[in-house]
Amino acid sequence: MSEFFQATVILGLLTAGVRLATPFLFAGLGEMLSQRSGVLNLGVEGIMLIGAFVSFYVAFESGNLYLGLLAAVLAGGFMGLLTAFVSVTMKAVQGISGIGIHILGLGLSGLFFRLTMGSISTMRGFPRLAIPILKDIPVLGRVLFNQNWMVYAALLLVPISWAVIYKTTFGLKVRSVGENPHAADSLGISVTRVRYICVIIGSIMASIAGAFLTIGQHEAAFVNNIAAGRGFIAVALVYFAKWNPLGVLAGAFLFSMIDAFQLRIQIIDIGIPYEIPVMLPYIVTIVVLALSTRGRVLGPTALTKPFVRGVHT
Amino acid sequence: MRSIKKNVRSVQSIELRNVTKRFPGVLANDSVSLSFESARVHTLLGENGAGKSTLMHVMYGMYAPDEGQILVNGAPVNFRSPKDAAEYGIGMVHQHFMLVPSLSVLENIVLNYPSPRWPFLDLAAARERVLAMSNEYGFGIDPDAKVWQLSVGEQQRVEILRILFRDASYIILDEPTAVLTPLEVKEFMGVLRRLVADGHGIVFITHKLNEALEISDKITVLRSGKVVGETAPCDTDKNQLAGLMVGREVVPTWQKRGAAGEKVILSVRNLSARNNKGLKALKDVNFDLKEGEVLAVAGVSGNGQKELAEAIAGLRRVDGGEILLGGTNLAGLDVKHRIDSGLAFIPEERMTMGVVKEFSLIENVILKSHGTPEFASGIFLRAKKIRESAVQAIKDFDVRTPSPDVVAATLSGGNIQKVILARELSSRPKLLIAAQPTRGVDIGASEYIHKRIVQIRNEGVPVLLISEDLDEIISLADRVLVLYEGQVQGIVPPNTPVEEIGLMMTGGSTHYVVDGCEDSETPPTPK
Ligand SMILES: Nc1ncnc2c1ncn2[C@@H]1O[C@H](COP(=O)(O)OP(=O)(O)OP(=O)(O)O)[C@@H](O)[C@H]1O
Ligand SMILES: [Mg+2]
Repeated sequence: MSEFFQATVILGLLTAGVRLATPFLFAGLGEMLSQRSGVLNLGVEGIMLIGAFVSFYVAFESGNLYLGLLAAVLAGGFMGLLTAFVSVTMKAVQGISGIGIHILGLGLSGLFFRLTMGSISTMRGFPRLAIPILKDIPVLGRVLFNQNWMVYAALLLVPISWAVIYKTTFGLKVRSVGENPHAADSLGISVTRVRYICVIIGSIMASIAGAFLTIGQHEAAFVNNIAAGRGFIAVALVYFAKWNPLGVLAGAFLFSMIDAFQLRIQIIDIGIPYEIPVMLPYIVTIVVLALSTRGRVLGPTALTKPFVRGVHT
Repeated sequence: MRSIKKNVRSVQSIELRNVTKRFPGVLANDSVSLSFESARVHTLLGENGAGKSTLMHVMYGMYAPDEGQILVNGAPVNFRSPKDAAEYGIGMVHQHFMLVPSLSVLENIVLNYPSPRWPFLDLAAARERVLAMSNEYGFGIDPDAKVWQLSVGEQQRVEILRILFRDASYIILDEPTAVLTPLEVKEFMGVLRRLVADGHGIVFITHKLNEALEISDKITVLRSGKVVGETAPCDTDKNQLAGLMVGREVVPTWQKRGAAGEKVILSVRNLSARNNKGLKALKDVNFDLKEGEVLAVAGVSGNGQKELAEAIAGLRRVDGGEILLGGTNLAGLDVKHRIDSGLAFIPEERMTMGVVKEFSLIENVILKSHGTPEFASGIFLRAKKIRESAVQAIKDFDVRTPSPDVVAATLSGGNIQKVILARELSSRPKLLIAAQPTRGVDIGASEYIHKRIVQIRNEGVPVLLISEDLDEIISLADRVLVLYEGQVQGIVPPNTPVEEIGLMMTGGSTHYVVDGCEDSETPPTPK
């Protein structure tokens, strides 16, 4: 293999990696916020599917990609409200109710797809938007600065999430509610309100992650179960990241690079069944999770625990 | 200074008028009328479950009263949340820990306080103020330390700083001394005096009558949700207060009989273990525990007492050493085998480790023995036998409960402790380890727990008592083992002057005796 060819392959891999990291970033950062407030939202995958379908359908029918994205935001907000109602107000067991939300999202997106569109249609998604000057930096320019705007937005969300969590009064409230809601409550913070806000924002971000899978692609299309487990990987990512936005960034790249890698391998055809590379991200998820729970866990200790004033758990 | 000064009112007086608060099935406060003034220490006394905390939560806006009124400076107020109370200048240090461990001291202090740089935090401005206040009261708190790194006493000071930071003029302290060591209590009393001298009003809740008599301007006694007495320290004494609280006279009903035996039952050799942070908590601990002996472990909280109890009970892995109970080395055995060898354990964390909160009292009482032939045939439980035996134990141990079927979580601390005692002692143990058995427990129940401990001691069962209450140690112990930084600082007789034990607890004077060579023990210098 010539050196030139190798370089192209690696460059292509990295570019694809950055693109594929986007849904992990949106969903992972959203899930992190939700967990920081003490709510495990296991329905991310289902909410992604709804976001993917709704954005594509609205964009396809109206011809306006932004309208599609707005629809995903609204649908995600609604799913967030539902999740928060079940987990926070009704105090349901979060692991179980999350599975319910997932199945609901899977069912609804599939059903509406069949009822409204029925067959696979395609359209142009958000175009690439090369950033002047920056795009000319060698390697980095092509990898980072020649993507569509949703990719940029996802990357920007990393420092923004970091600042919100560690530098704002809201972030401080979120951290306190996720760790000792009794303390927060005793200072007049509404635990319920903070948790609703975090779950809703997290769900909107999951829905946007879903939208990226359709209208965020050059060749946009919706197929059943398009999220293909990425929502669950996003949840796992948050544990891997130890609830830190920079960790989510690292994890998102780890998984997206593996994803990009396995896609290439499938194409190259090196004589192994294609299912094996497809399994790769999931195997890595399990291994990484098993390893990353070691050591002192600084996570939100009230995670999955409903809050009742005066009842200390 | 850039920080926003909120307009917090100054409290001259607070009046509660006929305050009634009910919980499902419980009348926690029954038409309570009380008045509180600024620049005074007003102490609330009462047994566990008397309604002290609930009354204060009403005054602090956490619970709305079902009936009655709160007046601040003579005008009726309607608190919908603690935030409203804070705006009136009322602050509270709760009985339960109300800090966020992973956050820094500063972050805990400014939590939900308006920031001059909203939406961003302004820790720099807050740091200045916190440091100034910390110095003023001699707290010596590092504002940037993480709360989980602080001792319990320091954490409490952080809670007080947080209240002062919000310009509170009236401060409610719910059992602040229950978690402090004797030296810390002394310092704490100094802080209270400073606060009062600065014009703050104080509500002080405690179970320790000495403290109430020492610091109060006014003492109110609650019993079953009602005010049963109001007095001042100079008009009363310990006996009268105890009588008011319990509703009958409290006299010690136990007596240690006979000297401890000579037969060694438990022998701990070179025991080492780590704490939860992975640091060495026990370093080569050696001692013997003899038949019919109470060996009390004294020490400033965090010097390895908790780890010692857990290592022996089998809840903490040991790094090295032996725990010999009647010849068998327990060190490698699991909890089940240790129980079968005759070990009984009253854990420090009674709510998390002592009982299953969601289980009924009956279930909690037979938790350890449910597999024995007496209570089970094959894989099935013998419900009738279990009920009979548990009901008897609940009665024997004087557990105050509406029914044996209520879940443990609804009982007060003292009564939960009695349930644990009922379970641990009815199994006829060979050895009892009791960690902080009366912490936060009222006088009546404490007295009862002491009686039971001495009773099994008199029957010949050795007891390892871990306590931070020196009065308790001195009255129950046959010998006192002082732990300092995970090492045995010395083993001394209980009539050793308290000052000397206190000194050993802080690492001073190694008037040290390896256990098993008591003969060389220095006799206490009479004072
Ligand atoms: N959140 C709650 N739900 C139900 N019952 C409660 C609740 N809080 C308190 N109670 C009950 O109200 C009564 C008074 O409790 P409270 O905590 O005020 O007692 P206390 O005097 O502070 O006791 P202690 O000395 O143990 O702290 C008790 O019977 C208790 O079980
Ligand atoms: Mg109380």
